[in-house]
Amino acid sequence: MPTLTVKVKRFDGKKSWWQEYKVDIKSRRISVLDVLVKIKEEQDPTLAVRYSCRMAICGSCGMVINGVPRLACQTLLTEIKDDTITVEPMWNHRVIRDLVVDTEPNFEKLRKVKPYIIRDLKEIYESDREIGQKPEELEKYYNFAYCIECGLCMAACPVVATNQRFLGPMALAAAYRWSADSRDQGWPVRAKIVDTDEGVWSCHLAYTCSAVCPRGVDPGFAIQLVKAALMRRAKKL
Amino acid sequence: MEILKHDLLIIGSGIAGLRAALQAAYTAKIDIAILSKVQVMRSHSVSAEGGMSAVLYPDKNNDSLELHAYDTIKGSDYLADQDAVELLVQMAPIEVRFLERIGVPWSRLPDGRMYQRPFGGMSVPRTTFAADKTGFFIMSTLYQNILRFDNIKQYHEYFVTKLIIENGEFKGVTALDLKTGELKLFLAKAAIIATGGAGKLYRFTTMAHSSTGEMLGFALRSGLALKDMEFVQWHPTALVPSGILVSEAARGEGGYLINKQGERFMKRYAPQRMELAPRDIVSRAILTEIAEGRGFVHEESGMGYVGLDLRHLGEGVLTQKIPFITELAHKYVGVDPLEEPIPVRPAVHYFMGGIHVDTYGRVLAPDGSWVRGLWAAGEAASVSVHGANRLGSNSLSECSIWGRLTGEAAAKYAMEAPTPATDERYIKAAQGEESRIFDKLLHKETGGISVYELRGRLQDAMEQHFGPYRQESTMKEGIPKLLKIREDFANVRVEDGGRVYNQNLKDALELDGMIDAALAVAYGALARQESRGAHYRLDYPKRDDKNWLKHTLAFFNGGQIQLSYIPVRITKWTKFEERKY
Repeated sequence: MPTLTVKVKRFDGKKSWWQEYKVDIKSRRISVLDVLVKIKEEQDPTLAVRYSCRMAICGSCGMVINGVPRLACQTLLTEIKDDTITVEPMWNHRVIRDLVVDTEPNFEKLRKVKPYIIRDLKEIYESDREIGQKPEELEKYYNFAYCIECGLCMAACPVVATNQRFLGPMALAAAYRWSADSRDQGWPVRAKIVDTDEGVWSCHLAYTCSAVCPRGVDPGFAIQLVKAALMRRAKKL
Repeated sequence: MEILKHDLLIIGSGIAGLRAALQAAYTAKIDIAILSKVQVMRSHSVSAEGGMSAVLYPDKNNDSLELHAYDTIKGSDYLADQDAVELLVQMAPIEVRFLERIGVPWSRLPDGRMYQRPFGGMSVPRTTFAADKTGFFIMSTLYQNILRFDNIKQYHEYFVTKLIIENGEFKGVTALDLKTGELKLFLAKAAIIATGGAGKLYRFTTMAHSSTGEMLGFALRSGLALKDMEFVQWHPTALVPSGILVSEAARGEGGYLINKQGERFMKRYAPQRMELAPRDIVSRAILTEIAEGRGFVHEESGMGYVGLDLRHLGEGVLTQKIPFITELAHKYVGVDPLEEPIPVRPAVHYFMGGIHVDTYGRVLAPDGSWVRGLWAAGEAASVSVHGANRLGSNSLSECSIWGRLTGEAAAKYAMEAPTPATDERYIKAAQGEESRIFDKLLHKETGGISVYELRGRLQDAMEQHFGPYRQESTMKEGIPKLLKIREDFANVRVEDGGRVYNQNLKDALELDGMIDAALAVAYGALARQESRGAHYRLDYPKRDDKNWLKHTLAFFNGGQIQLSYIPVRITKWTKFEERKY
């Protein structure tokens, strides 16, 4: 098997530099995360990488791999034909160290769209009621519920890059997901939040968010569905 | 040093921790903090796939609470506390419906009710699911619901290094803020420990990199007891060679296990339940097939494996009911489950043991007294509802139920308790931690041993000496290895000298706690001279109810692990059957 060259964009709080590592591999059926962990444990324990589940469901290891925002654990070497891999931290986020970025502003934007069922709180917490949901009602929002909050869509969005206040694809997709849930009564509240300059109207339809989403959520489409509902003054999604 | 005060600390952010936070926030207008060593929504609960057990529709499914309890107790090989199991089965439907009301996208029947699938050891279909990403969907829903409450503060990537307990009462914790590298003192009226399992004590595990279990070791150090740590569950089907979980849902939906000869070998081990026998039995069956030469061999890793055959299920089931399994098999082993069997073998999956708590999740000292102000929930705790072997889909129920119960109880307690004073003693304790971490561990001037090399030695020792087949002679060789690792930790080298996001330092602190947790597993396993559930002894292959129908407690006495035993609580299931499936 070949020796890989891994070029990592590093940052120590003050300066930024590119560092090259050589890694011997036995098989290409391993992920970029496996390679980075191998570097960390065998060559350079100072390399900072955020990771946990290694099966593309926890959302920790978003980064830019060979120029594309991706999850490191979901990117297998079998998909990368070249023996050189370039890795940098996610764009549009403040870098904390090396490949670790501050994603907490994304979570604050998510909070703004009220990502939960809005209906009588006492009923939710004190009753034992089963609300029920038909399969076709589930289908309406299901695909948008797959969001793992990794931030890759925010890294890829050209509007987020220039407008810090834009709520962005992650939060706006959540606004659609919750409003389209048959159990929810919160659309009138959320409509006011997203029918703004910081909301859906700043989206320029680049669709880079949907292109990079590792779970196929299609936030770009969710934003267009929200726009359409606002245009026709829909009472319910 | 920064001192932070809250009413209630929740340590850990998986399903148990987040469920506790929600219930506490709704119960009382108290100030709640979640401390998690990962970002709060990224805990290992996201990886749970198959589903959550509950008797939802007894008439339609021909089910009853009684039957769910019986299955669980029999599955536990009679080591579960029966009053706790009764609470589990009674609360499970209430919790599934609560999760329904807060927005979990449960898979549905045409009439709008929740779908349920068969699972190992369960007599009827009672596993509620959201495709095969049930844990993820519950986590995501809980996390987003947390954002409704402004009395919950989230501390992402805060690694708790020490529990401060004084005169049998919880006082606070110290935690390392990974993003700044500062140690902070948290004082609080109450806390809930919900830090999950310890899969990384072993090399081959379904668990996330973060499931290291150091909090179990830290609990021992602060004078708490661990219960039944020798009971470690091997999940029958993990992908070779990564250990990524292939959910029991694959067999629940009708998947077969086949050996090299294409034979459904489970007919020789569990002729009635076949692939849906409990996990301890299926795991040993697979390992027997491999040991007797009827398995396949993975070329690169040399690992033996068997095939999980889903070909006959058809595309509809694969894409609708178990899409994640299909994706994982395709992605990580390059197998299309419609075309060929998936290579699987048993991997460490769950710890039945954990911090000693009572039926309501209150943390108990070795002498059985309550450590006031302290609760534990989820996999980190041992209530015990799983006894010697957990049935698949009972853990999500447990996490949600005991999250709720402890959240509510701790909130009520915190309303009454006085605000903790900023006592000089706690500041001293925290300064002691600062010195231990920054002066002794971070700035040590020695050649030393790599954190990862030492952790590898720990994992290898656990695999070799405390695996699914145990015997006295091998375990007796294992314990000196663990003690040597304990000793060598004093020479561990943290190569990263920085403060900001120093994972190398965090990994060293983890390893420190892991070693003590591993010792509790080891001593418990060596002492228990019987086979029960997941604890299998080649030299004592039978269950021994006369001598061993009791829980193990492990705790520190003068720096050494000491064991004691307490009875199993038995209510009405008094016939201890042989487990045949």
